[in-house]
Amino acid sequence: MTEHVVVIYPHPDDEAFGAAGTISGFREKGIPVTYLCGTLGEMGRNMGNPTFANRETLPEIRKEELIKACHVMDIQLEMLGYRDKTLEFESTEEVADHLFTYLNRIQPSLVITHYPGHAVHPDHDAFGAAAIKAVEKFPAENRPTVWAQAISRTHTEELGEPDINNDVGAVFHKKFETIMAHKSQADGMLAKISQESVDVKEAAKQWLGMESFYTWKY
Amino acid sequence: MEAIEINQLQRIIDQHANKDVYVHLETTNGAYASHFNQDAYNVGAFIRNAKVNYQRGKIVGAGATYRVGLKLDIGWIYAEGVNQFEVDDKNRLLMAGHDREGRLMVALQISETPFNY
Repeated sequence: MTEHVVVIYPHPDDEAFGAAGTISGFREKGIPVTYLCGTLGEMGRNMGNPTFANRETLPEIRKEELIKACHVMDIQLEMLGYRDKTLEFESTEEVADHLFTYLNRIQPSLVITHYPGHAVHPDHDAFGAAAIKAVEKFPAENRPTVWAQAISRTHTEELGEPDINNDVGAVFHKKFETIMAHKSQADGMLAKISQESVDVKEAAKQWLGMESFYTWKY
Repeated sequence: MEAIEINQLQRIIDQHANKDVYVHLETTNGAYASHFNQDAYNVGAFIRNAKVNYQRGKIVGAGATYRVGLKLDIGWIYAEGVNQFEVDDKNRLLMAGHDREGRLMVALQISETPFNY
């Protein structure tokens, strides 16, 4: 199977904080990566102080940031057009069918998504569940590997240690640049760190330098 | 968005009265509230593109934050904690309340055309 990685997350910036190092590692090896991004994060809360956005301008701002982030990582982007916060109320089957249309065309070797039930945000749980269902539509013999990302507080307790642990230190500059491309989101997140640390990039590396996943067992 | 100037905002609210308008009403403390703080609760609600016609709308000040009430023929629309507003290029009235970090806590928006959905 030709290598091609598909990343399936619901919000612009999920890929930056969660997997930008892993993605950059694949790109350094010349492996193509496609990001299927579910929504434009329309219901995000960070509007800045002073405000740089409002509820109606935020989607366009985050769309531009997403495009820029994908440019930094040098990956293909598909925006799927769902609405932030509503994914869990869509039909899982329909979303899975929709995702499968992309997967069937791309024939990925690896799919990265959220671990349903351990991904904290309802959109993460719902989109992860749909992604896993979509991959299941492939016959077992040519089904891509799935790496599911758990971020709940209880995931190691309930699932054990993740089997994939990528130290992304070597490509952290790319991950940091990707995070910074999502300026509207990064400022709030990194402000939290910078209160406690002089060197924000170094502190972020401590916090975000490891990307872990569970290989999904069908 | 700008800090609320109550007389100016009242005039704009009046301009939308007795017309069919679309309302976006929202309150949230974020999807990660209880993830970051185990003692917190995740609460939020939104309604987008409710089509209503209000006979009277009023903004009442309370220091730096305000309450807005819209009186309907058979009900009410209410938002508390609004502190900023703007009229955008589509002539939509956007009102919101942000915390000191710039995070939206409440929004009430009124438009004569539907909001994107």
